[in-house]
Amino acid sequence: MSGFGRARAAALAGRVKRAAIGAMRPVAEPLVAIALALVIGAVLIIVFSGLVAGHAAFDLGLPVAAYAALLEGAASPNGMTATLVYATPLILAGLGVAVGFKAGLFNIGGRGQFLMGAVGALAVATVVGQTQSSYITIPLALLAGALFGAAAGFIPGALKATSGAHEVVTTIMLNYIFVFATYWAISGPLALPGSPQPISVDVTTRNAALPIILGRDGHLGILVALVAVPLVWFLLYRTTLGFEIRAAGANPDAARYGGMRTNRLIVLTMSIAGLLAGLAGATTILGVVHQVAPGYDTTVGFDAITVALLARSNPVGVMFSGLLLGAMRAGAQTMQIQAGVPPELVDALQAIILVLLVINVLRRWLGRRSEGQRSAPAATVGLAQAAEGGA
Amino acid sequence: MSGIPQALDSIPVLGIVFQLLGYVVANIEFMSHTTVAVAIPITLAALCGVMCERSGVVNIGLEGIMLTAAFVGWISGVVAVGILGPGTQLPVFGITLPLLIALVAALLAGMLVSLLHAWLAISLRVDQIISGTIINIGAAGITGYIYSLMASQSAVGAGSFTAYRVPGDAADLPIVGWLINAVLSQGPIGLATIFVVIVLQVMLFRSRWGLRTRAVGEHPRAAETVGIDVVRLRYRNVVMSGALAALGGAWLSMEQTNKFDTNMTAGRGFIGLAAMIVGRWTPLGAFGAALLFASATALSTSLQISPPKGDLGSLMGRVPGEFWEALPYIITIVILAGLIGRSIAPAADGQPYERESAT
Repeated sequence: MSGFGRARAAALAGRVKRAAIGAMRPVAEPLVAIALALVIGAVLIIVFSGLVAGHAAFDLGLPVAAYAALLEGAASPNGMTATLVYATPLILAGLGVAVGFKAGLFNIGGRGQFLMGAVGALAVATVVGQTQSSYITIPLALLAGALFGAAAGFIPGALKATSGAHEVVTTIMLNYIFVFATYWAISGPLALPGSPQPISVDVTTRNAALPIILGRDGHLGILVALVAVPLVWFLLYRTTLGFEIRAAGANPDAARYGGMRTNRLIVLTMSIAGLLAGLAGATTILGVVHQVAPGYDTTVGFDAITVALLARSNPVGVMFSGLLLGAMRAGAQTMQIQAGVPPELVDALQAIILVLLVINVLRRWLGRRSEGQRSAPAATVGLAQAAEGGA
Repeated sequence: MSGIPQALDSIPVLGIVFQLLGYVVANIEFMSHTTVAVAIPITLAALCGVMCERSGVVNIGLEGIMLTAAFVGWISGVVAVGILGPGTQLPVFGITLPLLIALVAALLAGMLVSLLHAWLAISLRVDQIISGTIINIGAAGITGYIYSLMASQSAVGAGSFTAYRVPGDAADLPIVGWLINAVLSQGPIGLATIFVVIVLQVMLFRSRWGLRTRAVGEHPRAAETVGIDVVRLRYRNVVMSGALAALGGAWLSMEQTNKFDTNMTAGRGFIGLAAMIVGRWTPLGAFGAALLFASATALSTSLQISPPKGDLGSLMGRVPGEFWEALPYIITIVILAGLIGRSIAPAADGQPYERESAT
């Protein structure tokens, strides 16, 4: 009798536990992955601590010092501004990747779209900035960046819609094409006249630098990113286009059968993704970098993939994961200066976080094996089935 | 060059083509040798891609595998030299004991990274693009992390393999001498690459392993019903092919140069991916595509070193150098878009395989 009761109680407790885990999973899984990654990162720091100047081999104190510096660089009053500045392009481009994921499209082209956005903004600064006030130049430059980015996203979208060329491969190829196009632009048509080395104009001299709204270097782009979050959320969850995007991502065949023009959706989604990444590039150039030389490059394109995966493509989640990664990037500088630990640690941490996330480390831990579910966004599963020739 | 060639050169429009031909012939030794050398790591990456994707596993982590191998090769050389000393050089290829140890370490590192990809992609059925992206980010992060710690140490590596010196008689042969010299005056990794291309081409289309690999890549369910262990074959192909991409990485840090540099692969893994597609998922085709891509690089380098004269010079002077660098990627997109024939991937490429449960 009591044994029977205990079994029922245990079953009930188990059900409650599972329900609680189910509700918390979208937040708990990334947090567990991040915490575990920091532990593995600490091991990495300890193993190679002998190479850090002034530290013995296997120095157990070094990770503590490194993470303390990382936190200070990201969360002190100045650090918080730096975090927001670093997070701005990550949130914008992360939203772009997330919108793509929702439609079942994997946009690896963030790097190229970011650079095209930068070129668009620089073009406006070069052409318009000399004669117009900043009230005209800045909106125009942001608009041009967004449009250039959208065009860079439109190309792989149109290629996929017309010939079925897989967007993963075309965006990778286009990244390189846009990298070289950018170098050509800033050493050719957008070059600073009379400069001995090829370099773009300085946007601060062309009435195009974004105004500082926060602290020492917190520029207007932060606001652009924070406004983009609810806008993208609204687009995805409160508009017909958003519904179609999500439907096409969940089941492209059903969406097509339901009368949606999936080819048009592919082109639109990739253009929106490119637009957001282009804005990331434009705000970075107008707000932080100001002047660009050939060789300029960005890691935002790949960071944005991490941001979107961590957030499971949820726009609000993208804001938080963008802030988190921004904090890591901001803190990495302080970490290097104070603890001598190279900033590449952040890239290593990113990869570790992603591995832990995709192998469902939390569910493994709790003994709940995945039941056909993966922690990668549902949209990306079966991506490859829609590969070549699938148009 | 007088008489007839001169007359051909001055034909409008078409004359430029003759001038270009003349320029290429005049610089053939430099260009052919550069082309083969540049093509080697691209080919090795592409061969890795062919082996993976023919058995149905997409691998965009080529770049990360190469970078890891280049780094591990270099750092193992540093450690081996530190323990064993520089060692005595063998008369061929400048082989030393530390260099061999470093090469083996590089190959093992590449296979280990591939094993991670195989585990994620085949066993856990994680999206293969995500898995490859993780490998690329992680390889850049971890090698960059350790290397920037090493940078201040001025570490001495194990050196590099030296090229085979083609006998003067063969190199001086008329008409074919330049070709023999271009192909054969490579280091051991370069020569092995050409050998592997041929072996893999024959194996893929003439051996039992090749038939099984292609079957698993096209229709894994059917392959399983005739008794092929899909999961095992995919694992084996992905891990073995890791050694090929690793060889490409080792070429960078142990044959082309004798040192490592942050992100020294510089997109070669991705060009390898492009070569695989343009070469239609065959080893020979991939090699051909790699040579084509490399010849664009060789031409642009040659144009910088010895600019041509006349109309050709003024025309080429107007083509930005960035165009030549972007050319391989443009060609790939044009071919992918089906403008010059289609290139179609194996049918089951990128699809995780789930064994049917026994009922």
